[in-house]
Amino acid sequence: MIEMETMNVDVNQQIGTPGSLDQLFIITKYELLNYFRSRRFLILLIIGLIIDFILTGIIGYYRPQSFLSSNLSFYGGWVGQSITFIIILSAIFFGGDSISGEFQNKTGFFIASRPIRRSSIYIGKWIASFVASLLIMFIFLAITIANGIYYFGYSIPYQLGDAILFSILYLAAVLGFAFFFSSLFKSSAYSILITIILFLFAFTLMQDLISSLVGIEPWFIITYTAGIITNIFTVPFPAHIVHSTTQIGPKRTIFTTTYNATISEGLIIMAGYFIISTILGLFIFEKREFN
Amino acid sequence: MDDNVIEAINLTKKYGSFTALSNLNLNLSGSKCVGFLGPNGAGKTTTLKIFTDLIRPTSGQALINGIDVQRNKKKALSDCSALIETPEIYPSMTVREALSLVAELRGIPRSERGSQIEEVVAEVKMTDWLDKNVGKFSKGMKQRVNIASTLIGNPSIILLDEPTSGLDPRGMAEVRDIVKSLKKKDRLIFMSSHLLNEVADVCDEVAMIDHGKLLAYGPLEEITDKFSTVDDSAEAQFSKPIDESINRQISRINNVVSVERIDSRSVRIKYTGGLQSQEYILASLAGMQLGLIGFKSSSTRLEDTYLNLIKETL
Repeated sequence: MIEMETMNVDVNQQIGTPGSLDQLFIITKYELLNYFRSRRFLILLIIGLIIDFILTGIIGYYRPQSFLSSNLSFYGGWVGQSITFIIILSAIFFGGDSISGEFQNKTGFFIASRPIRRSSIYIGKWIASFVASLLIMFIFLAITIANGIYYFGYSIPYQLGDAILFSILYLAAVLGFAFFFSSLFKSSAYSILITIILFLFAFTLMQDLISSLVGIEPWFIITYTAGIITNIFTVPFPAHIVHSTTQIGPKRTIFTTTYNATISEGLIIMAGYFIISTILGLFIFEKREFN
Repeated sequence: MDDNVIEAINLTKKYGSFTALSNLNLNLSGSKCVGFLGPNGAGKTTTLKIFTDLIRPTSGQALINGIDVQRNKKKALSDCSALIETPEIYPSMTVREALSLVAELRGIPRSERGSQIEEVVAEVKMTDWLDKNVGKFSKGMKQRVNIASTLIGNPSIILLDEPTSGLDPRGMAEVRDIVKSLKKKDRLIFMSSHLLNEVADVCDEVAMIDHGKLLAYGPLEEITDKFSTVDDSAEAQFSKPIDESINRQISRINNVVSVERIDSRSVRIKYTGGLQSQEYILASLAGMQLGLIGFKSSSTRLEDTYLNLIKETL
């Protein structure tokens, strides 16, 4: 009899629901598990490795001076040209349907009907995407640095550290923006497509049109700020505004204005994008109904 | 005071000009199973979604154990679990991982997690699939995992939205058995369904809803007594052929209205007086030593009640 009562107490004991922060990391853990088993993680990793191996082969075979003249030009050429592409692909692969997929695939019903705040789900998933993207980025950078050590020894310019820090903030901003767009849609296909169009075409096009045709600084476009990741390898740092003239005939000259984000401006815009898009995305996800 | 309480206060949900739920007032308490009956689009799923904060009411309150789900979802759902529609589980996860996720979110200590997962998986008869990926499962298998997930943490209140949806007849019977066994463990179960025999078989009370309005709520017996215009009936099966004299013998049992021969070994008995009568008739038949091998009450009265109530709202 005593034994039975003890058993009843065990079975029916009140178990406390973990705090929101703990639940957030539980979501992160299982989301990462999903990513590491997913094809999209593998594909992104392969893309990163392909870029690395192509550059390794080209530099090893052709020995281009644009890369091998100094360690700064080597890292600038390698990291500056490729890392933003990998970051944008990460946002598309991990952020594009991260929230919309919960509605379309009905996986949201499995989690959101439990005693958990929606913000824990949103932020937990965001952190998982961030960690998965960082992992891809660091594998890419490890191969870059291994090549750099081969050609220049352990003389690694401090600008590489700066570029990595800028890249991490850029990744946060781009992922925050992708999550925001993902929370706007209930269809994975739409949200992925719009993320692809925006980051791979629309932003770059708008940036060029606004700066060269309208003549205003495109500071409000996220991809504009990525310039600081490339420009940090240029000494001295490029001027904020560059006016240039091009002679295209005996009597015709074209005047163009190019803008380069300053480091402080770039960092502020990235941080702004991250904060604003995360707040908006969270707000939308909190209000969205699982119909 | 009962610990297990679900309460809807003037719960209303509108989608533009369409009213999915209209001033629903419902108070369920205690340890029992309440069937939530209504045709498709009546407002059953809408109600359950509001109780799990998947959607928000236009006005009114949804309370679980006195806590407003919209104001404090985490606390309100801490002792309540739900199965709404047929949720998809992340396809790359195994059953064990999916249930571990739920167990961790519910705060089940690591030391108990494994045994509890194995226990609930055994209850839905999925032990052989514990370490297989959910992605390749059929709809019915996924629904079993979903049901297992609602049992994690031993919640006192369980909300089930058409839990037998997608299951084969055997699976449906097993789920009904699970719900019946859950009732014995001091739980309040609120189960939506449009399968009348399911509700008649499993539930103690019934709430009927149509066009977002509650039409009736009360003990099954009381509701059918009030709204049904037909008698209770049951099918009795015998091991040997029955003749006219046996028919007459059965007719003489108290409260039996009529006895109709179905075939040489079975009869349909119509009676009045509800469950008490049913119990008495069954005992009498057994005592008559006629070779009774089966006795199954039919859900005719519930069906009649349902049709009467739903018809009235058209």
